[in-house]
Amino acid sequence: MTSTSRASRLTLRLIALAYLAVLLVVPVGVVFYRTFEHGVIAVYDSITTPAAISAFFLTLEVTLIAVPLNAIFGVLAAIALVRGRFPGKRLFDALIDLPFAVSPIVVGLALLLIYGRGGWLGDWLLDNGIQVVFSTPGIVLATIFITLPFVAREVAPVLREIGDEQEQAAATLGASAWQTFRRVTLPAIRWGLIYGVVLSTARAIGEFGAVSVVSGKIGGETETLTLLVEKRFQNFDLAGAYAASALLAVIAFVTLAGMTLVNKREEDTT
Amino acid sequence: MSVAAPASGPSAPLSAGRARRRRRAPAGSLAVGVSTLWLSLIVLIPLAAVVTRAFDAGLGEVWDSVTSRQAVSALRFTLIVSLFVAALNAAFGTLVAWVLVRDRFRGKSLVNALIDLPFALPTIVAGLTLLALYGPSSPVGVNVAFTKVAVAMALLFVTLPFVIRSVQPVLIELDREMEEAAASLGASNATIFRRIIFPNLMPAILSGAALAFSRAVGEFGSIVLLSGNIPFDTQVASVYAFKQIESDNVNGAAAVSVVLLALSLVVLLGIRSVERWGARDDQH
Repeated sequence: MTSTSRASRLTLRLIALAYLAVLLVVPVGVVFYRTFEHGVIAVYDSITTPAAISAFFLTLEVTLIAVPLNAIFGVLAAIALVRGRFPGKRLFDALIDLPFAVSPIVVGLALLLIYGRGGWLGDWLLDNGIQVVFSTPGIVLATIFITLPFVAREVAPVLREIGDEQEQAAATLGASAWQTFRRVTLPAIRWGLIYGVVLSTARAIGEFGAVSVVSGKIGGETETLTLLVEKRFQNFDLAGAYAASALLAVIAFVTLAGMTLVNKREEDTT
Repeated sequence: MSVAAPASGPSAPLSAGRARRRRRAPAGSLAVGVSTLWLSLIVLIPLAAVVTRAFDAGLGEVWDSVTSRQAVSALRFTLIVSLFVAALNAAFGTLVAWVLVRDRFRGKSLVNALIDLPFALPTIVAGLTLLALYGPSSPVGVNVAFTKVAVAMALLFVTLPFVIRSVQPVLIELDREMEEAAASLGASNATIFRRIIFPNLMPAILSGAALAFSRAVGEFGSIVLLSGNIPFDTQVASVYAFKQIESDNVNGAAAVSVVLLALSLVVLLGIRSVERWGARDDQH
């Protein structure tokens, strides 16, 4: 019995690891290999071109606007979901997940139909000199849409688990709602919040589909890092595409390390 | 270990808090108000614009756009490949989750951390990554670029974590005494898996596979480079919609988008009921 179960255990382990290797590890390894095939200097040159630098800063700017806004929304939504009682709560709960399920192309199209020429708000905004689509605000809106649920989904279970007895104690002792939130609730949910922020950041940096519909892809202006990868690939600049990809992959690995660390911290504190 | 905590958590504090809930009502309603407004502005109103646009031209035109030969072929391929990917994910995801929970080997925590890579890696990079290994300049001599196989691989890559991450926690909490009892009564490993483990994992596998399915149906970034976008062959619905937007056929794009949107809503609500079903089993 023990020898057969050991054999089957090894077989399962082998299948699982082989599956992960073929699908995940080897392809990502090959990208790094292809990137550094022609030396580090070539890579450095290709990620410091003006277009690449402007793409990097645009991505950074969009992320820095979208993620904090969604962090605030996420905490409020989690409070509403866990502590609030209101009609339609179940519907609200389901609708928050929509951005997970909706195709990024549909997201892009939706923004186009609201803010584009002939859209619900587009003409009025354009007449007043505000360009949303094919400009930075459109990219920001697309990114906010895509990353909307992450913080709420990470904070809500933590909030549910800690209960509200401490919050009530604070309220009984005369703390205002804001004091209670800052001193009691926020410290309790901080790891869930950080985890959600890390996930949103990774998603914001990596968003491609929705952004590619609304950005207009103007080089040096509305081109994010992921759009730069696509453009370089389409222009047969494979080395350049790999270099920009490697940069994004490094960001992804940093994110992964961050997630692992936060997870560990969470387990230690609970 | 800390993993057992969430199961018993929610009910007790909730009922204790009910008596004094009214006092904190202002803060609660602020949260409800602001978050509902934000959700409406960012998500619901734009999506409503898509639906309105699709039906503006009348039901007949929506029907014509959705049933044009190219749209039907793209939608059909998207559905078939997504179902295939979800099924394969259910099998391999359960297997990987099993190995990560029950097996012990060196480097396991590294493997466990790597599972989330597809969530962290931008989809366009995922596409390029697969193209580098399984494309025209493949170092291992496998070239599947611009075929249906490539589309399936891209989808398998981006949906890899869903089933694993939904099965893992259930497997960790699964009571091993049942399995030991079955083994002592002479059940084989296969029987134990089929009669005891699998039924317990079923809701988690289903909801993970459903998430993978809905992600696969809408996926764009990882496919756009790999598929070659060949109509009637490797063209998926999202890429088809994208091409319609690019060629200024917004009505056609909106019509296909409404189909995708309806599909995501159905899957979302399906997952809800699977989760409720799983939670109901817990209470016995």
